[in-house]
Amino acid sequence: MDIILNTLITLSALGVVLAVILFFVAQKFKVVEDPRIDDVEGCLPGANCGGCGYPGCRGFAEACVKADTLDGMFCPPGGNDVMKSVAGALGMEASEKEPQIAVVRCNGSHEKRRKTTVYDGPSSCAVSHSLYGGDTDCAYGCLGLGDCVEVCTFDAIYIDEESGLPIVDEENCTACGACVKACPKSIIELRNKGKKSRRIYVSCVNHDKGAPAKRACDSACIACNKCVKACPFDAIVVDDFCAYIDFEKCKLCRKCVEECPTGAILELNFPPRKAKVEKEETSEVAN
Amino acid sequence: MLKTFPKGGVHPKENKFSAGKPIETIELPKQVSIPIAQHIGAPAQPVVNKGDVVKVGQLIAKSGGFVSANIHSSVSGKVSKIDKILDTSGYKQTCIVIDVEGDEWLETIDKSKDLVANTDVSADEIRTKVLDCGIVGLGGATFPTHVKLSVPPGKTCEHLVINAVECEPYLTADHQIMMEKADEIMVGCKLIQKAIGAKKVLIGIENNKPDAIKHMSGIAKKYENIEVHALKVMYPQGGEKQLIKAVLNREVPSGGLPIDVGCVVQNVGTAFAVYEAVQKNKPLFERVVTVTGKSVAKPCNILARIGTPVNELIEFAGGLPEDTGKVVNGGPMMGKAVSTITVPVTKGTSGVLIFPQESAARPENHNCIRCGRCVSVCPMGLEPYQIKNMAVVKMFEELEKERVLDCIECGSCAYTCPAGVPLLDYIRQGKANLNKILRSKKS
Repeated sequence: MDIILNTLITLSALGVVLAVILFFVAQKFKVVEDPRIDDVEGCLPGANCGGCGYPGCRGFAEACVKADTLDGMFCPPGGNDVMKSVAGALGMEASEKEPQIAVVRCNGSHEKRRKTTVYDGPSSCAVSHSLYGGDTDCAYGCLGLGDCVEVCTFDAIYIDEESGLPIVDEENCTACGACVKACPKSIIELRNKGKKSRRIYVSCVNHDKGAPAKRACDSACIACNKCVKACPFDAIVVDDFCAYIDFEKCKLCRKCVEECPTGAILELNFPPRKAKVEKEETSEVAN
Repeated sequence: MLKTFPKGGVHPKENKFSAGKPIETIELPKQVSIPIAQHIGAPAQPVVNKGDVVKVGQLIAKSGGFVSANIHSSVSGKVSKIDKILDTSGYKQTCIVIDVEGDEWLETIDKSKDLVANTDVSADEIRTKVLDCGIVGLGGATFPTHVKLSVPPGKTCEHLVINAVECEPYLTADHQIMMEKADEIMVGCKLIQKAIGAKKVLIGIENNKPDAIKHMSGIAKKYENIEVHALKVMYPQGGEKQLIKAVLNREVPSGGLPIDVGCVVQNVGTAFAVYEAVQKNKPLFERVVTVTGKSVAKPCNILARIGTPVNELIEFAGGLPEDTGKVVNGGPMMGKAVSTITVPVTKGTSGVLIFPQESAARPENHNCIRCGRCVSVCPMGLEPYQIKNMAVVKMFEELEKERVLDCIECGSCAYTCPAGVPLLDYIRQGKANLNKILRSKKS
């Protein structure tokens, strides 16, 4: 009985003494952290995707608290709503940003882009890219090995088995930009989501001249300049044999889509085209 | 006992089908495509335009920096275009395309076959000639030779080590040059020796070429301070660092160069090219290429003009066999498969290997079984499985501690792996990404 009693007394006394020491040590080495960091972090989605350019949400929160203005600070998965609440927590103004989405600029499905070699190396776009141009004659197009799928934290991109191309899930994509960095061919681009998710873009990044580009892929941009002429808003430029539509200037009139002889310009989420007269009305509405 | 490097190495089946076949020349092609980037370093800058008439040996692209090399026309004719053409890199690169008309050489080139043994030129003259003639390392790495001949201030070079090992299976180009051009090689060695101020020349030859060892030793006796060493048959005996360790028992420090241990290593083919450049005024516009393979009708060694489409070489060797699965540019261990056989021969094309379907495919990839064979065969003493695992999970910065930059990419690890893990592909990824990180840190 004595042993138990002695043990209890000794341990309790020890506990009390150590607690007192710990209390003073904690006072002495106290790390004063801005409580606003926790507030800001609470507003953030907590996905730690790195889309803001900082190491995780906590890193972004610290940077926000330190910064004088919120200009240039943006949480892509959270969007404008989250940035507003962050700004509210810090008493600053948030800069609004148009919502964006990842766009895969390659339209060379298995059907359109014939295989010319067999690749049996590791299933990684980065490895394949370091070895050669790819298993088709187009050295610019999608390799289809899924490096973008692997890096996506939001399950927002998958490889379509039929075409062999990545498809972006509009619901899930937060435009964090992880896939943009992972793609060794720089095919994926962040573009403005557009009104009602309507987007028009050149789905090709082939910089070869027209003839070899067309030989390699049925829907390659052949730099014919027809779209440039058709565009009433000067939104399209052809640089180094490949057209590019500036999404800031594009008014979604769809004139270029009709002109493109290879179908390299894609339109997304538009209602089906009706008779010609009505189509003009649609474009006005879109404007 | 034969000399060798102490750590690792593998011994693949040699398959030297074209051994002993004389160096042959083939009919000039109708058109050549000469890439402006055939060497390590900055691409050369074209100095001819479409429609220009050029002669054999004429400068057509000028070196684009210190680490770069001049490029000369390999044929006479008219420049038909300067365009992007798929070459051995697997990508479309700028090439100068020339339509062949006749075979008119520059008058300055000495076309005679006589040996010019007089090495009465200054070191500077040798360097200038090598630079002008666009000589690069012909072992396959194509590092500009004039850079290696310029010993950095504060360093001295005691030994010139000549790599006549030809440790890659299948290849016999260097072997055949030694049998046919031994005297020229010796003079070339003397010239390089003079340029770098080395005291001694050591030639390393693998023991599977007894005829070459005998022949070269015999000829070497005529010259001062040239020694021939027979080396054990072990891949990668021809790696710079392995060769120095084998013949001199000196170890190049991690991250260092051979000059740090007082050596410069040159390929035997390069020594011959230096001879031709300095003594015959002949720029590097042709090289010996081994065309071989199990099902190839007539394996051979061809003296091919740079820019000749590879398919013309294959035609000469009896045509593309029906069971072809893969055509490789270079040796089977370090070479690279080509995506089409119309790619041009470049300064780095030591061989064109044609593999039948059954041996072309990569082994099936299974999980690592932790047998440690990759570690035991790595000639640099690295841990390939570990580097691969770290590269897969993108721990690129940490790879510096694993000494990934010391990897010579010999491929012994991937060759020996019983689970068929593509180790080298991932190690290269790790290396490339680490280099990128280090470069961005510097700037």
